[in-house]
Amino acid sequence: MATEEAVLPDIVRSRTFSVGARRRAGWAPAAVLFYVLTLALAVIFVFPFFWTVSSSLKQPFELFSFPPTMFPITPQWVNYATVLQKVPFLTWVLNSLIVVALNTGGVIVTSSLVAYSFARFEYRGRDVLFLITLGTMMLPSQVTLIPQFVLFNALGWINTLLPLWVPAWFGGGAFFIFLLRQFFLSLPNDLDEAAVIDGASFLQVYWSILMPLCKPALATVAIISFIGSWNDFLGPLIYLNSPDKFTVALGLNFFQNVPESAGMPMQHLLMAASVMAILPCLVLFFSFQRYFVEGIVLSGIKG
Amino acid sequence: MARASAEVATKPGSISLVARLAGAKTPLQARKALWGYLLLLPWLLGLIIFIVGPIIASFYFSFTDYEGMGVPAWIGLANYQKAFFGDDLFWPSLGRTFEYSLVVVPVGLLGSLVLAVLLNRGMKGTNIFRTVFFLPSLTPAVALALLWTWLFHPTVGPINLGLSWVGVQGPGWLTDQHWALSALIIISLWASMGGNAMLIFIAGLQGVPESLMDAAEIDGAGRWDKFRNITLPMISPTLLFNLILGVIGALKVFTIAFVATQGGPSYATWFFALHIYQQAFSYFRMGYGSALAWIFVIMLLIFTYVQLSFSRRWVYYAGGSD
Repeated sequence: MATEEAVLPDIVRSRTFSVGARRRAGWAPAAVLFYVLTLALAVIFVFPFFWTVSSSLKQPFELFSFPPTMFPITPQWVNYATVLQKVPFLTWVLNSLIVVALNTGGVIVTSSLVAYSFARFEYRGRDVLFLITLGTMMLPSQVTLIPQFVLFNALGWINTLLPLWVPAWFGGGAFFIFLLRQFFLSLPNDLDEAAVIDGASFLQVYWSILMPLCKPALATVAIISFIGSWNDFLGPLIYLNSPDKFTVALGLNFFQNVPESAGMPMQHLLMAASVMAILPCLVLFFSFQRYFVEGIVLSGIKG
Repeated sequence: MARASAEVATKPGSISLVARLAGAKTPLQARKALWGYLLLLPWLLGLIIFIVGPIIASFYFSFTDYEGMGVPAWIGLANYQKAFFGDDLFWPSLGRTFEYSLVVVPVGLLGSLVLAVLLNRGMKGTNIFRTVFFLPSLTPAVALALLWTWLFHPTVGPINLGLSWVGVQGPGWLTDQHWALSALIIISLWASMGGNAMLIFIAGLQGVPESLMDAAEIDGAGRWDKFRNITLPMISPTLLFNLILGVIGALKVFTIAFVATQGGPSYATWFFALHIYQQAFSYFRMGYGSALAWIFVIMLLIFTYVQLSFSRRWVYYAGGSD
């Protein structure tokens, strides 16, 4: 446990995630070599996405023409509409959005309250509980999965979205508590002590002083939680049975296993569905990348 | 005397027995301690309902015959006996999971470190490169599995096309039982190298003091000397952190295999997590599934313990006594 504690804070000990001009390399041969290497790696990382988008816009016969073509002859935007026709994709999106919103809401509200407690209050057992909290990050979910299923089954929650978001309202998970606690510790204590002396309640301090100050960290938490719950597969796989209850991730797998209609290839449709499944997280990440980076930077001010 | 203490206890703001148990000495401290517990309440409940309770329950289930409903029937060690001696898929799936992890963890760590070092050079376009490397981490594993299944297509996939340009006849990849595991390893490496491990390495690299580097440079150290003798020791705690999380993540491999190959062909990618899932949620052998899960967790604990013990030999804590 003690060693674990020594290791864990490193995740947030860094001052900055954005790579500054610490050592701006010139155009020495070595620098060129490194640049070319990075560029080559970037191509390897981007190509599968390019191939997916390109395939999603092809006509069925183009899919299996040999050699495969880089770009579709004429982009078939209709493929995307066909996906929406063939499977209840919009219902899946709606289900995913419900889960993501309730999940992220729960994480933000309860993990910040718990982090506030760990960071600003003194009581017996606090440090032990905090160590236990850190320890749960190492616990593989497999061991709690079966009893949780039994519990939700007993509650009659199978084939509902409840098991996918209700647990988030109970502290939101160790990682988020840890992240926000580090952030709270980086804020000067005088601020909320002064407010308490002026007669503010602890909840007022939390809501009116601390929460506004940690917006960047909250944005980080929200983004990570959004991506995690949008992409979650095992949870929906275990708890949801009927296609009208599926989330996007589970629906995508379902779509893959739908028998091909009259032997027609459907790779282009699968790729179109994949693009639609990937898009929300990309848009979110690109719009809030600043907060994402900033939040992790700020939470690392004080290890 | 009794009256006095009763008076103290009822006076507003005085310290009750409960508060004293919480370690408070003054009324403000008592109030803070009580609020502390109150704010902690959601997590305490969550810990009990969703973590500690289930851990105990699954330990109990592992000694029972249980289908998820009704009353579990106690059968002692029979589940464990079955796992070790009577389950044809147990040892192979375990071995396969190790085989996968033995490649994915070291190669993945090295890859993440290389990417982090490249991004830490401050070259132009670093932010774009970082985002590009991070893209797979933003993508649902299901979509990754689907798009790689398409890339690995034996006849019209771009990978085999590329191989044919250099005169190599590409294998059937995910559809070939001798190549499916390798194909999944390639997918996993691509999917995880630029993810959290890389970000954590970047953080670690930025914590390496500039002064050490400058001192080494004055002493005439080359690029590799500096990396080997300064950077590596300084980021060794980060390395340990990523190693531990990497091992746990690799041994848990599930979604990619479930979607891309369903564990096939002929069980070539039947990992341990798939085995647990199938036993517990396809056959509803919750007792046996719990036993498998416990074997898995004990194994992970041993691994983590071994790594932490060995870490004393190679991890350097700059600030600490450890």
